[in-house]
Amino acid sequence: MGKQKQKIYNPDPKNKIKSNNWQFWAIIALPVIYAAIFAYIPMAGILIAFEDYSPRGGIFGSDWVGLKWFKQFLTSTSSVRVIKNTLILGVYSLIVNFPLPILLAIGLNELRSVKYRKFIQMVTYAPYFISIVVMVGMMMQMMDLRTGIINVLLQKIGCDPVNFFGNVKLFRHVYVWSGLWQTAGYSSVIYIAALAGVSPELQEAAIVDGASRVQRIWNVDIPAILPTVITMLIFNCASVVSIGFDKVYLMQNSQNSNVSEVISTFVYKIGMVNSNFGFSTAAGLFQSIVSFILLVAVNKICKKVTETSLW
Amino acid sequence: MNHQLKFKNMRTGDKIFDILNYTLLTVIMVVVLYPVLYIVAASFSDPQAVVSGEVFILPVRPTLRGYEAVFKNKKILTGFANSVYYLVVGTLLNLVMTMLCAYPLSRKEFRARGGIAMFFVFTMYFSGGLVPSYILVNSLHLTNTRWAMIIPSAMSTYNMIICRTYMSNSIPDEMYEAAQIDGCTPWKYFLRIVTPLCKPILAVLTLYYGVAKWNDYYTAMIYLRDDTLMPLTIVMKEILIQNKVDMTQIGDASNLAKLQGMSELLKYSTIVVASIPVMLLYPLVQKHLVKGVMIGAVKG
Repeated sequence: MGKQKQKIYNPDPKNKIKSNNWQFWAIIALPVIYAAIFAYIPMAGILIAFEDYSPRGGIFGSDWVGLKWFKQFLTSTSSVRVIKNTLILGVYSLIVNFPLPILLAIGLNELRSVKYRKFIQMVTYAPYFISIVVMVGMMMQMMDLRTGIINVLLQKIGCDPVNFFGNVKLFRHVYVWSGLWQTAGYSSVIYIAALAGVSPELQEAAIVDGASRVQRIWNVDIPAILPTVITMLIFNCASVVSIGFDKVYLMQNSQNSNVSEVISTFVYKIGMVNSNFGFSTAAGLFQSIVSFILLVAVNKICKKVTETSLW
Repeated sequence: MNHQLKFKNMRTGDKIFDILNYTLLTVIMVVVLYPVLYIVAASFSDPQAVVSGEVFILPVRPTLRGYEAVFKNKKILTGFANSVYYLVVGTLLNLVMTMLCAYPLSRKEFRARGGIAMFFVFTMYFSGGLVPSYILVNSLHLTNTRWAMIIPSAMSTYNMIICRTYMSNSIPDEMYEAAQIDGCTPWKYFLRIVTPLCKPILAVLTLYYGVAKWNDYYTAMIYLRDDTLMPLTIVMKEILIQNKVDMTQIGDASNLAKLQGMSELLKYSTIVVASIPVMLLYPLVQKHLVKGVMIGAVKG
């Protein structure tokens, strides 16, 4: 009896695993096929960056040109300006959009009224979910030179109206600070969660030792959330060169194209509008290689300096 | 937070800190909230009042003419219907694909899971880019069809990893063993036990995927050509950014100033209408938001 029972309820584990694995394969088959087609086949298309692509020849039948497109991308004045614009915009975004959400999270954490804190959190997360088209549309409406509310208010307090979208010098500021408006709340979520995990014993010990609020933030809270901060810093640094297409493209106009053209919009215009497939692919490939190198490099630096890293 | 004294018992330095903190956060809250309130107020106001800058926080001479114009505009209505279609079908496919992929990768019994996981993670860091993807989608004859909005973005690896992390952290292995002894196959276990237990993460993923679908204009700009297929974002791009308003559809306005007022009003109303679905979804999922962000951060 006993032996039989064992046989029924506890079969040979090897057999069990073997017989189940095909089911796992069946479940995951669809996603694997999807990734193979829509992620891996386009990777083969990277070859286009090294050839003079013609639709008739296709990816494997077009003429090889070696590094011609890369040379052109890194030497022609227009594309060097594009690289420069991308870097300036990326670094400026990083400087503004990285530290301020941390301060917001610390401020929220110190609020004594839980209800008020929840309310502010709800309000500040919301803009993250506004679509980019709506966001840029809102900005254009509110910053309009004549009818925009911001200029109406500026004139009320006796200032000159500002042409936010016409002035080349203002493009970067408008881009970065509106980005802060939209994402600060959402970016702070992760730090708020980390701050909630700070041990109360440490806080109490600091109070007993006579630490003030500011001292407690500086000596207890910040060291506790440092690993989270560094992880986020690594991600943010890596995305310095990969400025997203969506917002920049919508904010572009003939007046600001000198400072607003970045790699992703350049890739679109060269590839989709001018149909220069080789040049466009080369520019895109350059961008993804640089951001990957940045990710690895920043990760390594952080590992050395702070012993926190992604891998 | 809870180990704080009553305000009057605090030291002066801490009191100043508290006052500064409250003031600053209130200012931030107002700065974030005000533009939203202004847009809503303007959308209900008289066109003339909007153009001449009389609106500040409350609608001036309230009217629904902006919304009338929105619902008379065929392009906006078609765009809205298309967007809803892409949102519903696209998000459903996203969720099914994500679950199908995350579940086997969360099971230790699946021996190939290490290799398969690498296969997917690699796609997060490296991709073919715009032109090769376009050539592929074009050669599959998907361009200028509804499928172009749905199939190429059927799954996001990042969201899939969030889902997998949730599954392996919150569903204990013992549960699988118990189910196995009762004769449950991996497929049945997936449908009857894992999926119901994944409700919180499914809520978060629905928000992420849904918002991404609803807000996407890039895919449509690249793959679609026909007006009848365009999502709302593309229509809004024309109206809001390129300032192409079809004056004949606005109707009753007789002179130029009135026309301009109406077209401004139409913009505000379109912004509100376009944001309604996301704003309806937002409060429902907001409480799960922190959870989703945290899981995502555990293993990026």
